[in-house]
Amino acid sequence: MEFDWLFFLEVTLAGLGSGALLALTALAFVLIYKATKVVNLAIGEMLMVGAYLFFSFAAGFGLPVWLAIPLALIGGGLLGAIVERTIIRPMLGESAISVFMVTIGLGSVLVGLVEIIWGAAPTQLPEFMGTTPLFIGDAYVSRKIAIGFAVASIVIAAFVLAFRFWRGGVALRATATDQGAAYSCGIDVPKVFSAAWIVAGVAAAGAGILVGAVGGISPTMGVFGLSALVVVIVGGLDSIAGALVGGLVVGLVEAWSGTFIGGEYKLLATFGLLILILMVRPYGLFGTVEIERL
Amino acid sequence: MRIGALKDNYGADQALFDTAVQRLWLALGAVALLAFPFAASDYWLYLACLVGIHIVSTTGLNILTGYTGLVSLGQAAFMGVGAYVVALAETRLGTPFLLNLLAAGLVTAAVGMVVGVPSLRVKGLYLAIATIAASFILHFVFQNWTAVTGGTRGLSIPPAQLFGLELARPFALYWVIAPLACIMVLAAANLFRTRIGRAFIAIRDRDISAEVLGIPLLRYKLMSFGLSSFYAGVAGGLWAYFFRVVTPESFPFVYSIFFLAAVIVGGMGTILGGILGAVFMTLVPEALKLVVGLLSPWMPNAVAMLSPVRTIVFGALIIGFLILEPHGLAEIWRRIRRFFHLWPFKT
Repeated sequence: MEFDWLFFLEVTLAGLGSGALLALTALAFVLIYKATKVVNLAIGEMLMVGAYLFFSFAAGFGLPVWLAIPLALIGGGLLGAIVERTIIRPMLGESAISVFMVTIGLGSVLVGLVEIIWGAAPTQLPEFMGTTPLFIGDAYVSRKIAIGFAVASIVIAAFVLAFRFWRGGVALRATATDQGAAYSCGIDVPKVFSAAWIVAGVAAAGAGILVGAVGGISPTMGVFGLSALVVVIVGGLDSIAGALVGGLVVGLVEAWSGTFIGGEYKLLATFGLLILILMVRPYGLFGTVEIERL
Repeated sequence: MRIGALKDNYGADQALFDTAVQRLWLALGAVALLAFPFAASDYWLYLACLVGIHIVSTTGLNILTGYTGLVSLGQAAFMGVGAYVVALAETRLGTPFLLNLLAAGLVTAAVGMVVGVPSLRVKGLYLAIATIAASFILHFVFQNWTAVTGGTRGLSIPPAQLFGLELARPFALYWVIAPLACIMVLAAANLFRTRIGRAFIAIRDRDISAEVLGIPLLRYKLMSFGLSSFYAGVAGGLWAYFFRVVTPESFPFVYSIFFLAAVIVGGMGTILGGILGAVFMTLVPEALKLVVGLLSPWMPNAVAMLSPVRTIVFGALIIGFLILEPHGLAEIWRRIRRFFHLWPFKT
């Protein structure tokens, strides 16, 4: 059988598209980790809440899409702020494992709340992107995935620029490097923590809307967060570039393994990749190597 | 009221149960355990068996997470390995009951040690994530190695046979599960009076220092993984005999979180914590069911709310305990005990 290059190209493009969404989610994750050293396992659930907020604004209240999206994003930011103030702040100074477990508990609470408010049945987001297929050369690309890719790339680019040039971004990087030193330079570290969670909440909500538009929404869509977890491990927990590269790599691996080996191998391939990376480069491709001293 | 306990040798200081009052309570507890099956209904016996299984598994995880400081989110998957081993041994080989349980423990210990291999290079969160990956890979094997595991349909198991008796009902299984749970908990408690157990604690407190003190890290970390998985495997084997059907869905990822939550809620790094946590986390959903049953005449959709409310309560318990009572139920228990010890003098 001859290898179907066109089909391969289409699968690759789809993989890159979902990889961009993964990268966006991973970015939210990295943002929180960089600023507060919290591994937020509830990122998938925050993403889900964002998608459901958009669902109720757009479908429930019948608001136009251009209004529903910002509202959902604000809702996501609010969620991030609330979580930071009520759950993460009291855990300041506790061991990393405890905080990690707290976010697992948070994920469980969010899933339960979503099920109570919106029900457990999966639904579709209202159509807002159009369905006309796009073609790059001869290759077919789903319009949603293309839009998702474009939006994710723009947002990620904006983030990278903000980190580089915006005052708040610099404050965040300073906090990530050394909290004490940042404090003594007049940076309000607690505010940076809050800001990181808010921005991450917004990013997660945005990713949730895109993911939900592609694959529909359900209370179990937080599983997407597990793939994002693999992305950050592959890329390095505290590296933005790592989130990008890792996102695309994991997206490609998922698409290729899902198409050419079989759908059930998707998770296996991702987690196999994770273990491989952990064995070879424990701190990820671009992560900071922690040096332990006695 | 206790004025003081005089200990004149090192052995007495190390004893697990050091006062006569404690031994008295222990004896009373043993009598209660013996009398329980004759007094309780089938439902309570079912719960007791489930609690026993969870105690074994939670104690295992406590050895790894609470005492060695290696966080694992794969305990349920390890239980699954044990359950499948038992199911296969029972249906294909027909080997005796206790041998199957032992085999389940040993095979799972081997799997656990393989999963533990990354623990030399990575620790903390990275290790937790590696165990998540391992648990999903094991789940994949359960689901897709159809020739052995029966795929999504799973395997069903005939009732256990012991000394010619058929252990089918909770009443019969209780007499296996309860003693086994007691033995394994006692074994775990004793473990921490030995060199191995102390090495685990040293590794938890600071692994580099432990290495400097002459504790080979890889060997002891793998040993901890092996022991913990052994407990999980035996618990999984009991689980298989108890429910008598094993499917990949029997051991979901949340079940692993359940065990970690039980360790946290009970109190990390205390044997009592493992027991209390397992009991508490098993009974809370049942209590919720009871509440929902009481509410249902007034709230028509109360039953439909049960599952999400259970999810919320589960998460809220983890959060609440970590924020408000990080040392868990064991610490509450100790405070209560101290109150009674010092009672008339300090209130």
